[in-house]
Amino acid sequence: MMRVKRPWRLAAETVAVLIAVVVAFPLYWMLLSAFKPAGEVQSDEPRPWTLSPSLDSFQRVFEQQDFGRYFLNSLLVASAVVVASALIAFLAATAVTRFRFKFRTTLLIMFLTAQMVPIEALTIPMFFLMRDFNALNTLASLIIPHIAFSLPFAIWMLRGFVKAVPEALEEQAFIDGASRTRFLWQILFPLVFPGLVATSVFSFITTWNDFLFAKSFIISATENSTLPMALLVFFDTETPDWGGVMAASTIMTIPVLIFFIAVQRHLVSGLGGAMKD
Amino acid sequence: MKTTAPVSRRGGRWTPWLYLTPALVVLAALLAYPIYQLGLISLLEYTQAQVSGGETATFEGFANYTELFGDQQFWSVLLATVVFATLCVTGTLTVGCSLAVLLTRIRTLPRLALMMAALGAWATPAITGSTVWMFLFDADFGPVNKLLGLDDYSWTYGRYSAFFLVFLEIVWCSFPFVMVTMYAGIRAIPGEVLEAASLDGASAVRTWRSIMAPMLRPILIVVTIQSIIWDFKVFTQIYVMTDGGGIAGQNLVLNVYAYQKAFSSSQYSLGSAIGVVMLVILLGVTLVYLRLLRRRGEEL
Repeated sequence: MMRVKRPWRLAAETVAVLIAVVVAFPLYWMLLSAFKPAGEVQSDEPRPWTLSPSLDSFQRVFEQQDFGRYFLNSLLVASAVVVASALIAFLAATAVTRFRFKFRTTLLIMFLTAQMVPIEALTIPMFFLMRDFNALNTLASLIIPHIAFSLPFAIWMLRGFVKAVPEALEEQAFIDGASRTRFLWQILFPLVFPGLVATSVFSFITTWNDFLFAKSFIISATENSTLPMALLVFFDTETPDWGGVMAASTIMTIPVLIFFIAVQRHLVSGLGGAMKD
Repeated sequence: MKTTAPVSRRGGRWTPWLYLTPALVVLAALLAYPIYQLGLISLLEYTQAQVSGGETATFEGFANYTELFGDQQFWSVLLATVVFATLCVTGTLTVGCSLAVLLTRIRTLPRLALMMAALGAWATPAITGSTVWMFLFDADFGPVNKLLGLDDYSWTYGRYSAFFLVFLEIVWCSFPFVMVTMYAGIRAIPGEVLEAASLDGASAVRTWRSIMAPMLRPILIVVTIQSIIWDFKVFTQIYVMTDGGGIAGQNLVLNVYAYQKAFSSSQYSLGSAIGVVMLVILLGVTLVYLRLLRRRGEEL
């Protein structure tokens, strides 16, 4: 990169570290407040540390609500969406990158356009659709729409990873007598797998984060509710229980953070691939 | 370069379609059909009576749209959405691009610190990001008010301060995407090119204008369009942080407005009409995007 004079570089590095602290501060504050005893959270003298960390807030979260149940529901819904949309997107991305056929470009433009659709606006027709299929109040009413909404971006991003597998490998496989199906699942799939995982982080986030469908479709069967709903229950009162809200937020954020850090290397290259064309 | 993938020569004209079937079935049933329904409902008289009373829906033509366009609130919400999205996009791009440049000028350790912090903000679900920022700016217990010496100042009470708070949260969680992609883009510029430029005595400004800017333009277009799309249809942050659109709906944006019309006041047709308006606007953005892609002459 460009050569930068020493004092300037030091100044730049100081600025960078300061910005990093500011950017990380909200997450630090969330963790801290989750572990603070109740008196310190709702205090007029907020301190950026605590001398007596406690698990009281977490305990409250798990006791007051059916929180464990909601957590499992969220995990189940998100996993189902991640697995289903990854498999479907893998097949579709293979079709549009490794084959030439009529309407290929049209399809690609359709996938691109589909990403723009504001899913919140579709809550209304989706509600009627779920009602007509008697799917309201079930976890399926959360899983199925999210598969559809995460597909376009997943296909778009996976194209880069599928394209990166050299064609020579494919020819070699056929020369060796591998069938198309065999090539697809035993050669292409493992090679694209890291990309598949990176792509999944986005399906995971949107599904994990969703409260609109949970709010609109899970009306009476509260045992099928998800994490965001539980969080909003804590939050919605006149005087929110901030310790509880922060503990619940922490529980909701940690899985995504872990997922993100695990795939971050592929994320950058994957986005690069999705960007390029 | 071969333009034909080897597989297509080995017969199997239907193979791609076979692979595409699951995706197309899901998208047709759960994306295309609901969009069609959205358009249909927006042309009907559809209220609580039709939903639970079993009354038949009557065809209204464009009556809902006439009503919507005659409503003063719709125009003010539309204006607020456009202005707010513009500010968010500008803020996100400015912060993201400046930090991407900053990243290229510093050594590994501070760079890693900034990257990790940004990754954390990026990974935070919109809903928890919203609650955390609310707490940071809480009137009584928030550290920000303490730091600024604002006693009991409620950020969500006034229209502009509430929008400003949401703006901060949105920039916080969206700049990492811009920063990471732009940084990757800058890094992808071959070092020799830059070196050659400096050997030829090109100034920093000249290097930027003649080499870096044209090479970064495609990435810049993508992140700009993505940001426009995300910020134009913002929902979670507004809904959570301003409690469903603020006092007397002062912080409504189109997406939340559509939802409130439909599910709070049971005016499903009006809510759908707003949804259609949003779809049309976003389609316009997409068309611009496609044109820009096409102009670069790259094949999809």
